[in-house]
Amino acid sequence: MKQKIINLQLATHVGALIPFAWMLWDFFTHNYGPDPIREFTLRTGKTALVLLLLSLACTPINTIFKFRQALRLRRPLGLYSFMYASLHFAIFIGVDYFFNFALIQDALLEKRYAVVGLTTGLILLSLAITSTQGWQRRLKKNWKKLHKLAYAAGILAVIHYIWLVKQGVTQPWYFAAVLILLLALRVAPIKKWAGSRLKGV
Amino acid sequence: MNKIKSSEITPEHLYLSRRDFLKSMGIVSASAAILAACGMAPESTPEALAAAASDAQPTLPPSSSATDELGDPLNSFEDITNYNNYYEFTTDKERVADLANGYPTSPWEVQVGGLVNNPKTFSIDDLRKFEIEERIYRLRCVEAWSMVIPWMGFPLSKLLAEVQPKAEAKYVRFETIYDPEGMPGFKANPWYQWPYVEGLRIDEAMHDLTILSTGLYGKDLLPQSGAPVRLVVPWKYGFKSIKSIVKIDLVTEMPTSLWMAAAPNEYGFYANVNPTVDHPRWSQASERRIGEFGRSETLMFNGYEAEVAHLYAGMDLTANF
Repeated sequence: MKQKIINLQLATHVGALIPFAWMLWDFFTHNYGPDPIREFTLRTGKTALVLLLLSLACTPINTIFKFRQALRLRRPLGLYSFMYASLHFAIFIGVDYFFNFALIQDALLEKRYAVVGLTTGLILLSLAITSTQGWQRRLKKNWKKLHKLAYAAGILAVIHYIWLVKQGVTQPWYFAAVLILLLALRVAPIKKWAGSRLKGV
Repeated sequence: MNKIKSSEITPEHLYLSRRDFLKSMGIVSASAAILAACGMAPESTPEALAAAASDAQPTLPPSSSATDELGDPLNSFEDITNYNNYYEFTTDKERVADLANGYPTSPWEVQVGGLVNNPKTFSIDDLRKFEIEERIYRLRCVEAWSMVIPWMGFPLSKLLAEVQPKAEAKYVRFETIYDPEGMPGFKANPWYQWPYVEGLRIDEAMHDLTILSTGLYGKDLLPQSGAPVRLVVPWKYGFKSIKSIVKIDLVTEMPTSLWMAAAPNEYGFYANVNPTVDHPRWSQASERRIGEFGRSETLMFNGYEAEVAHLYAGMDLTANF
């Protein structure tokens, strides 16, 4: 049993780092197409979103499948999501806009998709800082309340993506569908229904 | 357009863009790259020659200059033909080239009609009988990236002169081929009002900068670039430069373009490049030149202000975005 838990944790760390290794590989082998900044901005952003959604999936997986080990993966998945979100932001500021603060102000603070993205990043930052057991002790009951913001981060991240693309570009809507499913599974009647369906099988 | 003396010509494959600098990191000394980036005869330094040779594509066709009239280097043939917005194939810019590969563009006919005295159907061979010239233009996409492209083509005004627009013709309406069987994007993106339609006011259409293009870098257009014939209007966002044209009509009413129908609050009829009028969701003040790092400021009318500003004298460009 113990070994199983360790394996699962290990798989999570390896799995979460594979996209990063892949990006480094593509960077150093110049496999990034004509617009590398866009390429790596999108890849870091999408990976952050996927990991955030996986982190949000842990609780429903436990309630439906009674798979308690999943709960232990929320923190690493959330932290890796924050890591990719940080890379995403760093590319935006340091490579795309090259620290041109006049342009950054225009692009970041005056455009709703960017404001939403920045808000998502700040939420992830505050959750990452308070993710330690020390902060868990210090914040007591409030810790759980604070970390409910992970849902808000998921919603804002999807909105950030939807507002970025042109009308009719479908990919962000797949993420939206997964997010809505994950949120729906937390609504008590749906949770109960899903749980009973699976027990019946 | 400023003519550049032949002595200043640098073949495209010798030009060291900043991305090539990245590519050759560790191979070329930084000094050679800096020389090249400053436009200081890169072919004269052995390091640059070595770098160019390692990147050389012997089949690369010629262009008359290595830069546009502002001194911005041309984008490579590879970048231009592998980063395309062509939703009839796919919304993924980097997959268009693959999906469009081998798309039949011959035979091809362009019907020119509507309010004209001399309606006429042009075959692609008819179009190639116009005197083809090179036009090095900046292309600024509404998504805030840009390229510099050596188009081959001829002024649209020459074609319009052949069909003789009537006095009541106020606008020109263009239509892209509608081919749901041959192009996968129609079925994948059924919510757009196909076919792709674009329009110009007749004075915009008659402007000398407005061309019908049949090629780039001295070669015939590839399908992903809008073969066999497309519009190029360099002072407007790229989506105005409609691809793979099958129909041109002279009309009295302002045509509704596909993007105007899809999002009327975001895409207007004029779509002039304008750093002071933002897209509702993102800034248009700056752009990313493909192949470079960082951003450059977007120029009014994409740098063609002197040539075209008079077309919009007295117009509110915020309202007529």
